[in-house]
Amino acid sequence: MQLKRLRFKNPLGGKLNGFFVGKNMTDDKTALLTELLEQRILILDGAMGTMIQARKLDEADYRGEEACGLRDHACDVKGDNDLLTLTRPDVIRDIHHAFLEAGADIIETNTFNATRIAQADYGLQSRVREINFAAARLARECADTWSTKTPGKPRFVAGALGPTNRTATLSPDVNDPGFRNVTYDELVAAYGEAVDGLVEGGVDLLLVETVFDTLNARAALFAIDQYFEEHAMRLPVIVSGTITDASGRTLSGQTTEAFWNSVRHVRPLAVGLNCALGAAMMRPYIEELSRVADTFVSCYPNAGLPNPMSDTGYDEAPETTARLIGDFAKSGFVNIVGGCCGTTPEHIRAIARAVSTVAPRKLPAQPAAEALSA
Amino acid sequence: MSHPTRLSGLEPLTIGDDSLFVNVGERTNVTGSRAFAKLILAGDYAGAVEIARQQVQNGAQLIDVNMDEAMLDSKAAMMRFLQLIAGEPDIARVPVMIDSSKWEVIEAGLKCVQGKGVVNSISLKEGESEFLRQARLVRRYGAAAVVMAFDETGQADSLQRKVEICERAYRLLTEKTGFPPEDIIFDPNIFAIATGIEEHNNYAVDFIAATRWIRQHLLHAKVSGGVSNVSFSFRGNDPVREAIHTVFLYHAIRAGMTMGIVNAGQLGVYDELDPELRERAEDVVLNRRPDATERLVSFADTYKTKAKVSSEDLAWRQRSVDERLSHALVKGIATFIIEDTEEARQKYPRPIEVIEGPLMAGMNVVGDLFGAGKMFLPQVVKSARVMKQAVAHLVPYIEAEKARSGNAGRPRGTVVMATVKGDVHDIGKNIVGVVLQCNNFEVIDLGVMVPGQKILDTARDRNADVVGLSGLITPSLEEMGRVAAEMERRGMLQPLLIGGATTSRVHTAVKIAPNFSGVTVYVPDASRAVGVVTQLLSAGSKSAYVAQVAADYERIRAQHAQKKGPTLIPLEAARANAWRTDWEHYAPSRPQLIGRREFRNADLGELAQFIDWAPFFQTWELAGRFPEILDDPVVGETARAVYAEGQSMLKRVIDGRWLTANGVVALLPANSVGDDIEFYANEARTRVAMTWRNLRQQNQRPTGKSNYCLADFVAPKTSGLADYAGAFAVTAGLGIERKLAEFEASKDDYSAIMLKALADRLAEAFAEWMHRKVRRELWGYASDERLGNAELIREEYRGIRPAPGYPACPDHAVKAELFELLEASKIGMWLSENYAMLPAASVAGFYLAHPEATYFAVGKIGEDQIEDFIRRSGRGDNAARQSFAATVQPMAS
Repeated sequence: MQLKRLRFKNPLGGKLNGFFVGKNMTDDKTALLTELLEQRILILDGAMGTMIQARKLDEADYRGEEACGLRDHACDVKGDNDLLTLTRPDVIRDIHHAFLEAGADIIETNTFNATRIAQADYGLQSRVREINFAAARLARECADTWSTKTPGKPRFVAGALGPTNRTATLSPDVNDPGFRNVTYDELVAAYGEAVDGLVEGGVDLLLVETVFDTLNARAALFAIDQYFEEHAMRLPVIVSGTITDASGRTLSGQTTEAFWNSVRHVRPLAVGLNCALGAAMMRPYIEELSRVADTFVSCYPNAGLPNPMSDTGYDEAPETTARLIGDFAKSGFVNIVGGCCGTTPEHIRAIARAVSTVAPRKLPAQPAAEALSA
Repeated sequence: MSHPTRLSGLEPLTIGDDSLFVNVGERTNVTGSRAFAKLILAGDYAGAVEIARQQVQNGAQLIDVNMDEAMLDSKAAMMRFLQLIAGEPDIARVPVMIDSSKWEVIEAGLKCVQGKGVVNSISLKEGESEFLRQARLVRRYGAAAVVMAFDETGQADSLQRKVEICERAYRLLTEKTGFPPEDIIFDPNIFAIATGIEEHNNYAVDFIAATRWIRQHLLHAKVSGGVSNVSFSFRGNDPVREAIHTVFLYHAIRAGMTMGIVNAGQLGVYDELDPELRERAEDVVLNRRPDATERLVSFADTYKTKAKVSSEDLAWRQRSVDERLSHALVKGIATFIIEDTEEARQKYPRPIEVIEGPLMAGMNVVGDLFGAGKMFLPQVVKSARVMKQAVAHLVPYIEAEKARSGNAGRPRGTVVMATVKGDVHDIGKNIVGVVLQCNNFEVIDLGVMVPGQKILDTARDRNADVVGLSGLITPSLEEMGRVAAEMERRGMLQPLLIGGATTSRVHTAVKIAPNFSGVTVYVPDASRAVGVVTQLLSAGSKSAYVAQVAADYERIRAQHAQKKGPTLIPLEAARANAWRTDWEHYAPSRPQLIGRREFRNADLGELAQFIDWAPFFQTWELAGRFPEILDDPVVGETARAVYAEGQSMLKRVIDGRWLTANGVVALLPANSVGDDIEFYANEARTRVAMTWRNLRQQNQRPTGKSNYCLADFVAPKTSGLADYAGAFAVTAGLGIERKLAEFEASKDDYSAIMLKALADRLAEAFAEWMHRKVRRELWGYASDERLGNAELIREEYRGIRPAPGYPACPDHAVKAELFELLEASKIGMWLSENYAMLPAASVAGFYLAHPEATYFAVGKIGEDQIEDFIRRSGRGDNAARQSFAATVQPMAS
């Protein structure tokens, strides 16, 4: 059944993949991931941003060694977390290892803002491909270390593609609702560049995440599909949306099911929700997604709602997050779980423990007719 | 399991095998709608957006957008329009069908939609490779596609060609591009029939047959088409076109047609078509006889000239203007009212005569039917909406005439009415106002929270004939008494009308009428208002009527005075007979949440599932239980109509986010101290956050029954138990003014009343939802509770939520402390000086969790308890007495 889906998804991929596995490119892990996802709930890592924040790095850390070429960079780069992959790889490596040690099956590259559009804030558009490539390499190296260490538990690298800091559906100008400060074509180009670096750097899958505007995500998916076609390859894709208000909509106004309908065409390995509301308030939307999506479901909420009094901005205890996510698992809603803003390796350890004995969500039965139509 | 076509705007449109026919709006199309083309060409995009909005409001589930016009930069126009509607949630909720014959325009459109839309269209016209290239891109952009039955040699007209091309396209798409079959929507070409050319006669039959074949053989593919084409040869004859569309769709949908681009206004109901017209249209559509076209054409001619007598829908348009006005009023049809009113204005010598003549004649029919119980309130309010629009059209002419001659027709009388100071409830008052206006009374409605001075000043200044007071909350009863006394002081002579849910004939007779030597009349509901006012203003019958009312009220007062109240026992004795439980063996449940939590922008869609509909029908003065009322032999039809319209507006309220629902709860350590419940600000219970002073039943209870007080259900402080209690305030009325102003502007009382009624229902539903959330999560003492809505309405759960002003807790004034405790102002709620909550659609109260906690009525209390309460609360004597005056009558026996 699953193979049927794959063939459907990529009529060429199966035959040609082998020829294009470059020095850093990895093989298509779809089959392996699918098999694992049918056996157990897979664990995604926790927050990169808030973990970095806790290190309290300064401008000099962000600029790094002389060789990084940023000593004379015109504007401040403090806060450009993606840049740390080049300038303080030790910090990023530590965080990856900490999450892998805590039990993460999949770690995300440190590339949430590594697009030309988001890096424009720091004047670092020219370094985008390099950041993505290095981030993929670094995560790959960490994951491979643990795959060797725990051979029964292979580790995977997800290339993270964030939402950028602009939105293609909403006008930033209240007086001109037709105005847009970013175009679809600009988004496709920016995502294409990031995807190129990530894939060359050796990620196993691509994760379009924190989708607050589905049109941005659709541009990312367009870029990914285009890249796959041009390179006669295919990697699994996960799409993860963000419900930003208690009425159950994304920032751009879509309901959960509308969001799924809008991204289903890429046949993602998994679709999910992450970030904003924290697990407690996410439940109805994860439940809805689990009901409508004929693919695996992922979920990695924040450590509760933001609390400005806390160091990382979030203060939900690991046991609380783990209990809530454990409840999702017991309710049969999820296949991949992890954490977003404010979650630490302790959160991931607690989450992994909470779901370790729970069976993964079963995919809705494939219609018998599918075999006839494909 | 089916393979649904999953489309989306802001909301999903999932079309499965069991889905009904999907309407695609056709008017945002420059090639099909002249009005839309004009707006776009003039650069009036705001106007064009309104057309899109109307289409969605009229039920389009998708909107077709087409900018193919030689004078336009079609690509730029497509992008601009799609980007503009993206910012309109009530339009963007539906998916878009991006319609162009130019691929570059389609592609530009695809880059503007966040949801999954439909491309209209791609085809084999330019050959296989271009077809496949476009199909791959459509997939990459994430859209479905209409595939026209068109190939290198042209458009398919016969069944064989349609089938051949569709099958070929399907194979190419699914085998060469992996295009999902459920995202293929075939358009096997709808061509005009009955053109006089014989080859055209079978076009509809071929389309229907092709549709059937596609749905049977091309798995999961859907079928669409542009319906208006089929009747093209009858343009100018709308009834015949409508009949053809209706018959055509009837058969095409049965064959499996999934969706169609239609003008929803040009669709009829198959069974309701004139049978002769239907048969002839069907002969043509199904090509059943060689002379079908001639027969329909000749019939169409007579049909056009025969004054359409056989068409039920439009027949009334052929009658005289007076009859049309009457018909429009009785049926509540606003469509033609302005043109008909204008025609009548030109016919009558003076504009006021249109009101006095045909419009009043129509409203009299409405009044008679209403009075006879043959028409019900929702229909009357719709009639009133039509009347108001007609009158609004005439007013400028009447004013102009008045300016010329200083003389105008007089209404039957003037009524000044208001919801009294401190109260905000006005649904009932508005209904009375509408009904009076329908009957040609001038109504001066001063709104809500109106001080007595202003009401009476207005009555004096405007020379009113009647004064009407309304209110819902119990303190308003006191206020009405004060207004009556003030009328007496001023020596006013106008009759005073009293209405509102908590008012009663007994209360009016005993508490209000004695304050005023003029006549005071209780009006139980809107249907009685006209009768009462008519009698009071009729020179002939007034004195008899007034005498009768006076006698009635005198009798009521006498009965009331004689009626022995219940035997009250001393407060100490009542306290000795308090409800008791074995606190030693009671383990209070500690809430998960200790403290306060706000809920903002609650999901109205979810709240809607918790609505108790029964009170909705009471608002519309329809009596009966829900859902049985829907099948009631007398009011069932009206109940169904008002329910359907309520549901329909509720959907728009939810989808368009017309209302904002906010709520706040606080769960705190609490213990009882005597009849008070203390809420504590800390777990050590040393800092009191609020003291909720309760009243105890004081009547002589049967043996074995306790004298209840809410404080009995909370562990006494002396028990040492760490008990808890809660408080809440919820509203669903934030932002309602905006929509109400819109309805007001369009003279649409019906919608305004409907919206208020729905807001009230949502607020109550929110209270129900919140209480459940508290029981299951926030407090969590019933985390495994699984009750359906009916069970929730029957209160089959543990714990209660008494609300101030209701029988167990008649003290309204405690709301001030409650609001302070909850910091309710932070979520946009506040109180009037008489403790009415604003927005009006709000609920507030307390949570008690003891399994045996129950609702009860405090009933009458003695002077000793009043004094005790004054001492405990530190509230002024008058303030305290006022709080209870209406529900509690401290007349100890």
